[in-house]
Order: sequence, then C-alpha cells, then structure tokens
Amino acid sequence: MAEHETPITRVLIIGAGIAGIQAALDIANSGYEVVLVEKEPSIGGRMLQLSETFPTLDCAQCILTPRTVEAGHHERIRLMTFSEVTDITGDIGHFTVTVQRKPASVNWDVCTGCGLCQEKCPTKVASPFDRAMGKRKAIYTLSPQAVPNKPVIDREACTWFTRGKCRLCEKVCPVHAIDYEQQATTTQVEVGAVIIATGYTLYSLQNLGEYGYGKIPDVVDGLAFERLLSASGPTAGKVRRPSDGKEPKQVVFIQCAGSRAPETAMPYCSKICCMYTAKHAMLYKHRVHDGTAYVFYIDVRAAGKRYEEFYHRATEEDRVIYVRGKVARVFRDGDQVVVWGADTLSGASVEVAADMVVLAPAMVPHPETQRLAEMLGIPANEYGFLLPLDDNILPVETTRPGVFLAGAVTSPKDIPETVAQASAAAAKVLSLFAQWSGVPQAMETPVGAEAS
Amino acid sequence: MKRIGVFICHCGINIAGTVDVKRVAEALKDYPGVVLATDYMYMCSDPGQSLIRQSIKEQNLEGVVVAACSPAMHEVTFRKASAQAGLNPYQTEIANIREQVSWVHQDDKEAATRKAIEHIKTIVEKVKYNESLIPLSLSLVKKALVIGGGIAGLQAAIDIATAGYPVVLVERSDRLGGHVGQLSGVYVNFNAARDLLQSKLQAVQANPRIQVFLETEVEELGGYVGNFTAKLKHRGSDGSEPTFSEHTFGAVIVATGHSLRPLSKFGEYGGGRYPDIIDALTFERMLAPDGPTGGEIRRPSDGQVPRQVVFVQCAGSRDPEHHMPYCSKICCMYTAKQAALYRQRVPDGQAYVFYIDIRSQGRDYEEFVQSAMTQHDVLYVRGKVARLYEEDGKVIAWGADTLTGKPVEVQADLAVLATAVMPAEGAVELAQKLRIATDEHGFFSEAHPKLRPVESLTAGIFLAGTAQAPKDIPETVAQASAAAAKVLSLFSQRELVAEPTIAYVDEELCSGCGLCIPACPYQARTMHPWKHKAIVNEALCQGCGACVVACPNKACKLRNLTPSHVLAMMDAYLAEV
Amino acid sequence: MRIPYYPGCTLSTKAKGFDQAARQSFAALGIELAELKTWNCCGATFPLSRDNLLDLAGPVRNLVSAAAEGDKLAVACSTCFNVLKRSNLVMRNEEDKREKINFFIEADYAGSVQVLHLLEILRDEVGWDNLAKAVKKNLADLSVAPYYGCMFLRPPKEMGFDDHENPQILENFIRALGAQVADYPHRAECCGNYIAAFDLETTREMSYLILASARKAGADLIVTSCPLCQFNLDRWQQDLAMKHGGFRPIPVLYDTQLLGIALGLDTTTFDLDKHYVDPRPVLAEKGLI
Repeated sequence: MAEHETPITRVLIIGAGIAGIQAALDIANSGYEVVLVEKEPSIGGRMLQLSETFPTLDCAQCILTPRTVEAGHHERIRLMTFSEVTDITGDIGHFTVTVQRKPASVNWDVCTGCGLCQEKCPTKVASPFDRAMGKRKAIYTLSPQAVPNKPVIDREACTWFTRGKCRLCEKVCPVHAIDYEQQATTTQVEVGAVIIATGYTLYSLQNLGEYGYGKIPDVVDGLAFERLLSASGPTAGKVRRPSDGKEPKQVVFIQCAGSRAPETAMPYCSKICCMYTAKHAMLYKHRVHDGTAYVFYIDVRAAGKRYEEFYHRATEEDRVIYVRGKVARVFRDGDQVVVWGADTLSGASVEVAADMVVLAPAMVPHPETQRLAEMLGIPANEYGFLLPLDDNILPVETTRPGVFLAGAVTSPKDIPETVAQASAAAAKVLSLFAQWSGVPQAMETPVGAEAS
Repeated sequence: MKRIGVFICHCGINIAGTVDVKRVAEALKDYPGVVLATDYMYMCSDPGQSLIRQSIKEQNLEGVVVAACSPAMHEVTFRKASAQAGLNPYQTEIANIREQVSWVHQDDKEAATRKAIEHIKTIVEKVKYNESLIPLSLSLVKKALVIGGGIAGLQAAIDIATAGYPVVLVERSDRLGGHVGQLSGVYVNFNAARDLLQSKLQAVQANPRIQVFLETEVEELGGYVGNFTAKLKHRGSDGSEPTFSEHTFGAVIVATGHSLRPLSKFGEYGGGRYPDIIDALTFERMLAPDGPTGGEIRRPSDGQVPRQVVFVQCAGSRDPEHHMPYCSKICCMYTAKQAALYRQRVPDGQAYVFYIDIRSQGRDYEEFVQSAMTQHDVLYVRGKVARLYEEDGKVIAWGADTLTGKPVEVQADLAVLATAVMPAEGAVELAQKLRIATDEHGFFSEAHPKLRPVESLTAGIFLAGTAQAPKDIPETVAQASAAAAKVLSLFSQRELVAEPTIAYVDEELCSGCGLCIPACPYQARTMHPWKHKAIVNEALCQGCGACVVACPNKACKLRNLTPSHVLAMMDAYLAEV
Repeated sequence: MRIPYYPGCTLSTKAKGFDQAARQSFAALGIELAELKTWNCCGATFPLSRDNLLDLAGPVRNLVSAAAEGDKLAVACSTCFNVLKRSNLVMRNEEDKREKINFFIEADYAGSVQVLHLLEILRDEVGWDNLAKAVKKNLADLSVAPYYGCMFLRPPKEMGFDDHENPQILENFIRALGAQVADYPHRAECCGNYIAAFDLETTREMSYLILASARKAGADLIVTSCPLCQFNLDRWQQDLAMKHGGFRPIPVLYDTQLLGIALGLDTTTFDLDKHYVDPRPVLAEKGLI
C-alpha cells in the first residue's frame, strides 16, 4: 500500500450467516461501513434453518430475524446477496475486491416482495433450504422472512429456461420486475480489512454406505430433521417421515456420522452434534408423546453453560434412551429401518426396528473457503478449515494482516462461540480502523495508589 | 381530535392468509379519529414506507398506527419513516396482528379478523393520548474499566487501548496473568504458557493508555452506561490501611475468572488429608519449568518420581448429587495433556485416566486425545472413581470400568484430580456491587445464551472469560475481544441516546412516601434532598412500570402509557364484549 | 434432662449391652433416656417403593408415640435412626403421603418430633468439652477406629448432620473420651449389610477390608453404633484369620459401651462377654476394666 494514502475504513465480510451478521452489526454500529457478501439470495445462513436452539429451546428464527432485519436496514451495511467474491488484490488498508452477482432474473430495484410470482409459479422442486423435506417453486425466496425479501429464479428448474415455456411470473408480476435476460454483474469495492465467515457445510453421507443415506428415504440428516421440527418448515413442525408421511414412533439418532472416524471419514469431532441430537430427541418426544427416541453415541459431549444439565433433562425428563456404541449397519425391512449396533456398556449387540433414522453428519468447511484461502494466501489444514495465527491467543487473526476469521470457518463451533468470535473479529477491525481514523484521547492524570 | 392513519400490512400471506385485511380496513375507516385506513402487501418494503410518508403529508396525519408484525421487528422502521415525513416518531405505534393474532389463530379466520380489528382500535386509542417526545441524550465517558488481570482482562484491555481509548485494569492479586501464568504448556501444541502470556503482558506494558492497578478491588460501582463511577480499593503495603481512588468510566468488562473446587470438599477422595492426592493445577505447577520442582515430577509426600499416576476427571463436575451439576469443559483436554507430559518425562511410568465421556471438542482436540492414548500409551478407563485413599505409601483408587462392568483397583504413587471449575471467590458479592446477575453457581449471567454471550443484562457492563462459564484459553481470548468490540461500539457514539418512554413523577401528587424507591429494580429512584419528592434518574430508568404499581397516589406514570392511555385502551377492548 | 428414647428390637434382644450402656452412660451425664411407653419395630429398612405407604405406617406410629411424650426422640441404633429420621421427613415434607398415613393409623402427625442419634445428643446437648470433663478413665493409650457404615450418614441430603464422605462425629467422640483416633480410609465403607444372609463370602471380604485397614492403622478396637455392622464385623473374624494369614482379630464395640467404660461405669450389664472377639483382654491391658 502506498504510504501517503489513508487506509480505507471499510470492511468486507464474506458470508452472512450469524458470524458475518454479528461482525457486520458490531462494525456498522461503531460508525464504519460494511460490505456484506452472501452467495445465497438472502442472509441468515445455517441458523435460519434451525428449529429451536439448545439449551433454552428459543426459536432460532425468533432470535435471529431481528438481527437479519437490522442488518438489512442498516444504513452502513451494504448487502450483496446472491453474490460471490471472485478476486481480492491489495493489502491491509487497501484491498480491491471483485464481487460477482449471479443473475436473479428479477429486477430487485422494482420488486416489492409481494410473493405473487411464487404463489403462481407452477414448477415445484425439492427445496435445498428444507434439505429436500419440502418443495419450493422455481422462483423463490429462502423463507417468508427473507432479508432481502426478493425472489430469484432457479434457472435449472424454471421451464422458461429449460423448455422455453411458461413466463407466468412475468404475467402476474404487478410491477414488471421479472427479467429473464438479466446477466451476471461484476462490482468492485475498496476495503481496508476482510473478515471471512463462510461457515460450514455437511459431510456427504453417501460416502458412508453402512447408514443407507440416499438409498433409504427415511434415513435423513440432522439438518433435515431441523426442518421437520421447525414451525416454519415444510411440515409446520410436525414430525413426518419422508417415505409415507407417517408419524414415526421409533426414531434412532446416530451421532458421529463421519466424525471421529479417522479410518473412513473425518478424524475430528464436529462439536455441535451431541447437543443438537439431545435437542432433536427431546423435541421429538415433545411432539410425539408415545414415541421412543434412541441415541447412539461414543461420548456425550455436553461442554458449555447449561449443556450438561440439558443432556440430563433429555435422559431424565424426556426419557431419551442413550446407547453407547457405534452403529454397524442400517437397512430397510418392509416399511421399517433396522439399525444394528453394539452397546459397548453391556457388550451386547443391539437391534432396533425404527421408523426413521437421523444421522448427525460431520461438519466440513464450505467448499468456497478453499478458493478464498488460496486467493488470500491463508493456510488451511488438510480438511480445509482455515488456520488462525495462534489457536490460543490469536484465534481470529491470520498470517495475512488485515484479514480475520470468524465462526465455523476455523473449526466446528456452536452459536455462542461463533457469535463471540465474530465480535472478536469485529474488535480487531475496529482497533485497526480507530488507529487509521485517529480517535485516541489523552490518558487522564493517574490517581490513587499507583502514585506511591 | 387527532387525525390518525391506520396502515394494515398483509405480510405476504403471513397476516392476510388468516386475517381478512380488507374487512379490517373497512371496519377501521369510520372509527372515531381515523381519517385513513388502508392495507398493503408489505408495509416494511420501500413502497409500503413511502405510502405511509405520503399519507402523513397529504392527509396531515397527527398519529399513525401500523398493524403489522411485532414492534420488536419494525417499530424502529416505521417510526423512522414517520419522522422523515415530519411526524414525531412517538406518534407512531404498532398493532401486532401477526405474532399476537394471525400466527396464533390460524385455524379460526373469523375470530382472528375480529381480534385484529379490536387490537387496532385499542392502539388507535393509545395514539390519541400520545405526546410528542424527544429521545434523551446522555453523556459518555470514553474510558473502560477492566476487572481482572488474567488472560481475558489483558486481551480486552489491549483491544480497547489499541483502538485509542484509555483503560484501567484492576487486579486483585499482586501479579497479572491469572491462571495462565500458572500453567506449564497449553494443549494442543505444548507451547509454553509463559511465552503466550508474555506477549500479552508486553502489549499491556507497552501501551500508555492502559493503567494497571495491582492489589486493587472494586469497592463500589454507581452510575450507568456511559457514566459509571467506581471506587477502587488499593490494598496497603505491609498491612497499612487501604487507600481508595475514584474514577469515572463509560463501560466495564468483568473478567474475574475462576477458582477450583477445594480438595477439602472431596471426602470420598480423602478431603485433602493425603499429600499425594493433588489437584490438577498443583500438578501443572510440577510440570512448569518455573514451578517448585523445576519441571520435575516429584510427589509431595517423599519427593519420589511417581511410577503410576491416576488422573481422575470430573472430580466434582457432572455430579448433581454431591458436587456441581455442570461440566467444567477444560478438564478432558488438560488431563490428556498432563498425562502425555507425564509419560514424556517418566517414560517407564504408567498413567491412568478415569473418565465418563471424553470431551475433546475443538480443532485437533480429538486427535490430541487419540495421540495421548496411542503414542503416549495413557490408559483410559471409562468409569468414575468411587474412592481414593492412601495406605502403605500408595494411593489406591477404587472405581468401576463401565465398559467391562468390573470393579477396578489401581495402586498408584500419585493421584491428580481434575477438580470442578468454580466462579472466582467473591464473584457473587462483586455481582451485587455491579448490579449484574449470576446463575445459581455464581457464574455471571449473559444477556442471551446464544446471541448476546458477552453482554450482561446491565447496559454498559460486559463479560469475558471463565467468570461467565468454564471455557478454555482460545474461547476466553475470543470472548475477551468480543467484549472489547462491544465497548468499542459503545465508545464510537458521540453521545448516548435513550428512549424517552420512561417513568416520571407528578410532583403535585407525590407525597414523598418513598415506596417507589425499593420497588425500582434499576435503582433509578431517589428522594429529592429537600423537596421530599421522588425523582427519576432518566439514564437508569428502563420504563418497566414497577413504580406505577407501587405508587399509592398515582404520581408515578410512564410517558405515553399513562392511566389515561391504559383506560382508553381497555375501553376500546371491552367495548364489544 | 429427660429425652424420650426408642431402643428398637435389636437393642432389646441381641444387643442388650448396647442398650444398657446407653441408658447408664447418659444417666451418668444427667440425661434420662426415657423409653417410649409403646413402640414397635421400625421396619429395619426405609421403604423405597413409591406406592406402598403401609411400610411407612410402622415407623410413623413410633413417631406418633414419641410426639405424645416430648419434642425429641433419642435413638441409639444407626438403622433405626435412619428409618425413623427419614420417615419423619416424609411426614414433614410430603403432604400427600402424610394425609394418607395419618388417615390409616388414625393420627394427626406432621413430623414435629426431632429424631436424634445419641452421638448427636452428645455433640449438641452435652458438648464434647463437657463430655471430656466427665471422663473418669484414662484412654490415652487406646487407639480406636471409628466405623460409620452406610445407614448412619446416607442419603446425605436426608441424614445431613455430617459430611457423608468425610464424617467427623465419631472422631470427635473418641477424642472427647481421651482416646487416640486410628485414621483409616474405610471407615464409611459398607460392611456387607444383609448380603450376609445369602452371600456370606462377599460379606466376609467386605468386612475384612475394613477390619484389616483398621488394624493396619494401629487400632486396638473399632467402635460403631450399628448392630448389623457390629455383627458383620465381629462374627467372621476367626474364619478371616484362618483365611488371611497374619490377620489379628480386632474387637468391635458399640459406641455406648466405650462411653460407659470411659465414664468409669460398672460394665457387668454391658455384655462385653457376648462379643465374638472378646474385647476384655485389650481393655484390661489398657487398665480400663
């Protein structure tokens, strides 16, 4: 960077999950500008997919939407959704960032978010947001509370793009916002610092043949089960199994699906599964009173404020049956899913004929992270998690000055830890910006004992 | 009569799917005072907001009711829109017909529609009585107090001072560094804890904006966010009288750390009467190169190198019957570290670890524990140790191996207890001084467990590190920086703006009985020194209304929620009953 | 001082010496242990089944009798003490059960009586210092191993008068009598309890652990306040000595017997000769009888 130029007190935050949103709000509320880039059409990330959160069972949407709304309306936060960072050059104080926005096929400047197009669209596809537990239209928003609440067209599903027919949305739109010709656009922004908060995705369970995921419809992953539990999910919070819509009476939860498996998948612990599985089993029992919930676990990892107590509640009040052991095989028998495993406490083998199986897959870094890491020259470990400068005392700093990390991009983390880390990354940026814009004040004259 | 406009939001189908919004608009049109009642798909969208702005101007509206979602969502939005059109923002109110009506009555559209109408009429009545208010502005002292000089306090102080603001760091003991200064190395890389700490200590010493007071405690804290007044107590040297100093601060970070459950509480493990049954921090000192043994592992009773060491996890944790119900979070990892270090230094020694669950949650943590088992041959036994005692110069551990279901007896030379992490001594008393909450164990309570983990429920007071709950160094450091971020956000404001919808005292009616003073949960009430009337500290008052209930003379009122407001609202609600 | 006293079945049959020593010692200390006019078996185990309240009716009847005679009830036997104290807590704290039991036994009792163990009375009413002053014999040469057993201290939340894992009351008692305390780790371990009825071998080995440990700590004798513990510890020592070479049998006394000896009372009614391991030689050697 040229020394005579004043560094830019504007930050780029990549990823608008809870980490990105928290960091953005902390920085914007301190008077600095934020560019918040999100690849999905709206912000909120994984947390918006969740039903209720441990250990208080607060509804995830209820606590998160005030934040998404605040970020969406903030005069110092520039949202760039449906967009990806394609290039970053420069150094601390003077990064030049290229952001590419995917074509939404809807002119968002005109769209009022009335939702009519989604209502009328005749094409339904499995909703990735609902982990295929429900369907969405070819023109869609992620949720009714989406921020921004503007739809995009899925060009791979829309029959106008695939077969040259329909254009119904164009006809019904009261403000003529539909634009089938829209192209990807590229924007450059200048920032002084960068926070990477790209979060995580789930390990591909198809790789683990023993669980039958992808072959047996009633074997689902934890995030799909979240959608089934969510009041705003595809079943409005009723637990229904995907194959025939019946209420499952026996549900087996299998932890460490792909975690702590150095031989077959990921060797590390994914940290959040023990707690959300306890929550899943508990919420299932709250919704299906005569149901039975089994949890297969290796160790129960309930380390956090009120977490252990939460796990106790699941076993004692809600009578969730915890079986210490690994599951060897899951297979279909009639309309049931049979789980074979071993109870390592009794040494006996266990067989459960269940109606539904829920797997807790390993957390892996978002695939996009690797590209960003290479672009910025930040080291990653062999699984793709980005490495901070020092795990213990510099947990959000990186080898690249002016670039910080927040949330699950460095390792699996739960929400409170992610939020604290996001604010920590914000603190680093605020410290830099304060130095650049020069707020320092004189120290008051010392008083008291230190004079002696 | 006030000219009031009513704006009914469909919220897509969220409201309109259940409530007949057209009928609602129709019903409100002729209600006394209402000059306009209209509906729109998304009132919070730009066109929706401009509809409100335009209507205010065209119809000369003096009050606005937006019937939409919860005020927590969009009250600010709509008040801002009104202000843009020249209307005092406190003349705009929200009628919540989503969370309180459409979402909870989805199966009864007729009733939902009727309820929505009544609901809106009630808020119209409220607006009729609303005064135009101006937000309060409070001055802000841009200087922070950090309580506790452990790694959390150091990190928070560094972050705030680096951003240019002065910090006073107080530490009760005679040295900075807290527990980290007592450790040997850290997991998972065995880096020397002293080196890590040294980098932070140097940063503190090198920063002229950080003023450190050792052997100092907070004696009193008064005031409120932006304007705290603290009285600090400095211990006198060599038994002389303590001295006191007073300071003002805009924000406070509480980073008082933790203590360990004392061995005397463990009757089942000898209650502290056996010299070779020690806690993990004592073992940590043995491992530390600057410790009493210079890093050599020698048992306390006779200075011999122990050939068998038993590590007992969850000593006092996860034990709701006899000890603490919670998990202390850090013990699984430091026990693996200690056992591995022991095996490195005593290669022919045997280390046993008794555990319930191994909780190795963090990057490379799982792998670290695995390496303790495989590379360092630490023997992990799943089970609780029922009893520890010494006999014939040996420490004997009785336990059960829950994997084989068999009782186990280990004869060892030394037992190391991973004792429960507890709040620092005096935490509850400090909380009372600061007027912040603690949980039943004495850990400080955060404002929200998920999204506000470093804020206390008192504005301007933030939490960092193990004072809030057990946590390890990376998490503590991140949390400390997070607390610093909150302080920096606060200090970035030119002045503090507060809601004016708070309590006031009608001096004509106040008899000076003083009942409102203890009723106020925020200490916002005092008695005027000579007028003998209650007065409200506007910075502290949160507008909760406790004083309104307590006052026998109806002298305490809330702005824009006076008895006149409430009675008019009740009349509107009950009119149709 | 007069305190209503519940002796219990064992103290009226097998452990008369325990009872005699208690009454005479307390009389010497100025406390009359006044036997309840009517009493019945305490039930010997506290009933844990939730729905069978009949098992509580027995112990509660004793409490009702006690209430007619005073506001305290002194108990010597650990097991009776455990059952009565916990039954009393049920009557005090569980309204539903209280009503049903009162209805059944035609009483109106709400847990008003304070159920006290003799050791508690020594600690709280007499006081260790006063007790020490009343001691007539010199026990300084005697090393005594305190044995608590299970019932005296557990469950801790209900019994609650001493730390169940690190109790001190017997130690303080022994010190007040002027004797040495033999500190050994197994003083609150289980003796085998009723397992003796069907698995003698397990009971013997459990008792052996306690006995051997006390011996190793240099104890001359063991004191306890539980007749079943006393029996289990005392009964099999000859067999254990045969099995475990080098084990020297150790007498097991009741706390009140040692109290009576220390107070210089006539021990003829203490049934010292009824013990399986005769305590008289060691007591004579130390000049105590």
